[in-house]
Amino acid sequence: MVDAFLNASGREMSLKDKFFEFNWGFLLLIFAIASMGIAMLYSVAEGNFDPWASRQAVRFGIGVCVLFVVAFVDIRVWMNLAYPAYGLALALLIGVEFIGFRGMGAQRWIDLGFIQLQPSELMKITLILALARYFHGLTLDQVSRIRFLVVPALMIGVPFYLTLRQPDLGTAMLIAIVGVVLLFMAGLAWRYFIVGGLAALGAIPVAWGMLHEYQKQRVLTFLDPESDPLGSGYHILQSKIALGSGGVFGKGFMEGTQSHLNFLPEKHTDFIFTMLAEELGLVGGLTLLGLYVMVLMFGLTVGLQTRNQFGRLLAIGVTVNFFLYIFINTAMVMGLVPVVGVPLPLVSYGGTAMLTLMFGFGFLMSVYIHRNYEITRNPGAFW
Amino acid sequence: MLTDGTDNARFKTFSRRAAILGGAQLLVFGGLASRMYYLQVLKSSEYQMLAEENRVNMRLLAPLRGEILDRFGTVLASNRQNFRVLLIPEQTPDIEETLTKLNRVVPLSETQWKRVLRDARRSPAFLPITVSENLSWQQFAQVNIHEPDLAGIEPDVGETRHYPHGPALAHVVGYVAPVSENDLGDEDPLLKLPGFRIGKSGLERRLDRELRGAAGASHVEVNAYGRVIRELSKDPGTPGSKVVLTLDMDLQKFATERLAGEAAAAVVMDIHNGEVLASVSTPAYDPNDFNVGLSQATWNGLIENPYKPLVNKTIAGQYPPGSTFKMIVAAAAVDSGLINPNQKVHCTGKITLGNHDFHCWKRHGHGYVNMLESIMHSCDIYFYEIAKKIGIDRIEEMAHKFGLGETYEYEVPGEKPGLVPSRGWKRATTGAPWQQGETLIAGIGQGYLLTTPLQLAVMTSRLANGGKAVKPRLVRSVGDEGRFGEPAEPIGVSERALAIAREGMNLVSNHPRGTAFRARLNEPGMSLAGKTGTAQVRRITRAERESGVLTNEEVEWRRRDHALFVAYAPVEDPRYAVSVVVEHGGSGSRTAAPVARDIMRLALERDPSNRLAQAPQGPANSQIPSFQEG
Repeated sequence: MVDAFLNASGREMSLKDKFFEFNWGFLLLIFAIASMGIAMLYSVAEGNFDPWASRQAVRFGIGVCVLFVVAFVDIRVWMNLAYPAYGLALALLIGVEFIGFRGMGAQRWIDLGFIQLQPSELMKITLILALARYFHGLTLDQVSRIRFLVVPALMIGVPFYLTLRQPDLGTAMLIAIVGVVLLFMAGLAWRYFIVGGLAALGAIPVAWGMLHEYQKQRVLTFLDPESDPLGSGYHILQSKIALGSGGVFGKGFMEGTQSHLNFLPEKHTDFIFTMLAEELGLVGGLTLLGLYVMVLMFGLTVGLQTRNQFGRLLAIGVTVNFFLYIFINTAMVMGLVPVVGVPLPLVSYGGTAMLTLMFGFGFLMSVYIHRNYEITRNPGAFW
Repeated sequence: MLTDGTDNARFKTFSRRAAILGGAQLLVFGGLASRMYYLQVLKSSEYQMLAEENRVNMRLLAPLRGEILDRFGTVLASNRQNFRVLLIPEQTPDIEETLTKLNRVVPLSETQWKRVLRDARRSPAFLPITVSENLSWQQFAQVNIHEPDLAGIEPDVGETRHYPHGPALAHVVGYVAPVSENDLGDEDPLLKLPGFRIGKSGLERRLDRELRGAAGASHVEVNAYGRVIRELSKDPGTPGSKVVLTLDMDLQKFATERLAGEAAAAVVMDIHNGEVLASVSTPAYDPNDFNVGLSQATWNGLIENPYKPLVNKTIAGQYPPGSTFKMIVAAAAVDSGLINPNQKVHCTGKITLGNHDFHCWKRHGHGYVNMLESIMHSCDIYFYEIAKKIGIDRIEEMAHKFGLGETYEYEVPGEKPGLVPSRGWKRATTGAPWQQGETLIAGIGQGYLLTTPLQLAVMTSRLANGGKAVKPRLVRSVGDEGRFGEPAEPIGVSERALAIAREGMNLVSNHPRGTAFRARLNEPGMSLAGKTGTAQVRRITRAERESGVLTNEEVEWRRRDHALFVAYAPVEDPRYAVSVVVEHGGSGSRTAAPVARDIMRLALERDPSNRLAQAPQGPANSQIPSFQEG
């Protein structure tokens, strides 16, 4: 039994080994991204570290600590914690129904005193853990069998439904997409995706009927932003103006007119990319996107180098989650998708997002450090 | 292999699908990058423009309106400081309370109060609202003293048009007033400026473009809520041109005071260059009221007043010229060759044409009178007779030569042409042919004939200046550009005709039996020659004529005769012409002539060329006058 837990070289890794296996380049990469974010928050506050930049820096610092801790914990520990963690997140998600704090018209937060916890945020990361854990235990043949699909369908469906009810369409969609991508990476047969895709298309009219009025409005506004330039379309229009007017080299750091004269809404959170692209131009925007691509490629590489299925799926899950954030946020501010409240990872101001993100990167790094561990399909408890 | 063999299969699938996933992600990023390229490179200039539109607000700056001065530099219209009180809603916790406090210092009307509250609700809280305008210095000082207690209140000094002489120039200079919908078509963006005033009447209206100047602009950076962040650039604009008039304000003021209480008009003109030195129409209104905003009561008072203070009687008041027209008929008679001026006509007090009697103003007649005597006495029978002989066509032609029935492109808007009747005119308007009786009536300046006081002044000028077609002018210069009248062309009247008409006027004023002898000007270096006119307004019935014609004092005001007088001075070397019309003033000799004389005296006193001592002139020859040829 013990053999099953050994790495390729046949021995357990010491803390020193792990320290040397840690990918310091990756840390530099996310440090660079976070720095761009902090710089933009400094600009939002008209050249002040207060109130956003300094706090964001502190959060990032805490986040890096979390990353280290999570990364150095044995991957098998995380594997064993996968189901309990998922259970806890699910319980909290149900909990917001009763003790949740209403903010922005939706029930999303639980106030724990020191932090306002968003259970849906926690759910995304624990869902990845749980799905990775589940598929780790299946052979490729089993994955595509219907009876083995009941459990993952519930694992995805229940939180999806609960988040949708809050209502938080954005996060619900993210949960669904992450879940589906993990099914895909686990090797679910193509036919499911074809049938599922067609079913989803057919369900669009039904889903439309179930949407809240403000959600419908967002979609409609997105489809024709000029129809209501002073109402719902205002944000998209102003964001496009800010982006476009930035040009190739931007208006200069702290010189963004759209941002500083408040034509741009929510510029320290959801629309921070617009501000960056306005002040630093196409060059600045593409630089940030380039850094993101490097993170994504790193995540993919980790998956490909890992010798256990749990780690592979975990790495891919974390990466895809990260990717979805970037895509939805940037596509939104460019007017490619409807306005959805999704922060730009590592850059937007926000505590919970930063923390869960660094947790995710901790998992990714843990997978990377322990990539040579081979784990049996049914390892039992490892403590 | 420590793990079971299935992991190889899973890894293979995983690797394949990871490649697909990675490729898909790169594709998405490619899409994002091309979207950025589209927005930030291809569409950049368009969005830059939109961003500038967002950011930059242009605020028009009203230029200072040009001043209007009289010929000696006296200010007739200027810009005065407008002390006002502004309220900035965001600076007070309670607008009502602030207004209550302000009310103790500057009383506010209920409408003002309501308007402020309404404006405060409608506009952003940082935009100032005008609470009260045109405060006195005392009130303004009070507000400044109490300012610390008045949260949100800001004393402010603006510019407003001011007419220091008030009603005396209302009809010449006119007034400015807020822009109304009627002013559409004027594309000047200044008109959209809140509180902007444009010329609505008089010279303010005619010269509005010149007086207005060009708008300045201030480009300011605003945020999304419209608050001004900073000024980017400022162009102060071009102030309006200064306008200098031909008027002599002292003369204007004197004439205004002299006609106070009457519905009257007077015009003083330079007979050589047409410069108008005084143009008075009474009663008038205070143009400052129109600028500030007229109350309904004041407005009603103005339009209901039977003396018609809103009408500029010098150009829009049309009166039968009465006997002042006799010089025209005399000139037409002389130039017709049909009349010998020395030929006497027997005046018995009336003549009969067909079955109609035509009366002289003197019931029992003047006896035998020649042309000069008939002018001097203003004998009506003589003029009936010669009018009948020369016919309406010659009279009409002569009237037009003297500028009657004409307009002169005068600078003050609203010029009326009066009326010189003709055969064609009568046929066109009534369909009936011209009657000979109407020629007789025209011969004494009654009937259809209508003239304005300005036309009478022009007529007198052309008589006195030797038959030159002088036109009246009010504007000497606009900005740096002087305005000079065109050289006056001869009107085509013989020197002899003019000389007879002038001599007739001389006798009227300076012969002891002349109708205006009592209103003669008999001071060292001064003299005038004039002609009285008493224009009948009501019809005198046969019954009244038999029982004795009622005097003007016996009938109600609006049925009394108009009193007219025209004159030029000095007699020997004429320089000025004056016309005075007093509506329903009774007799020209008693009401209008003394006013004209007093005005002319002042005009001569103020004439620089008349300051030299001149030999006193006695009254004209008291013998029965006759015209000496040559």
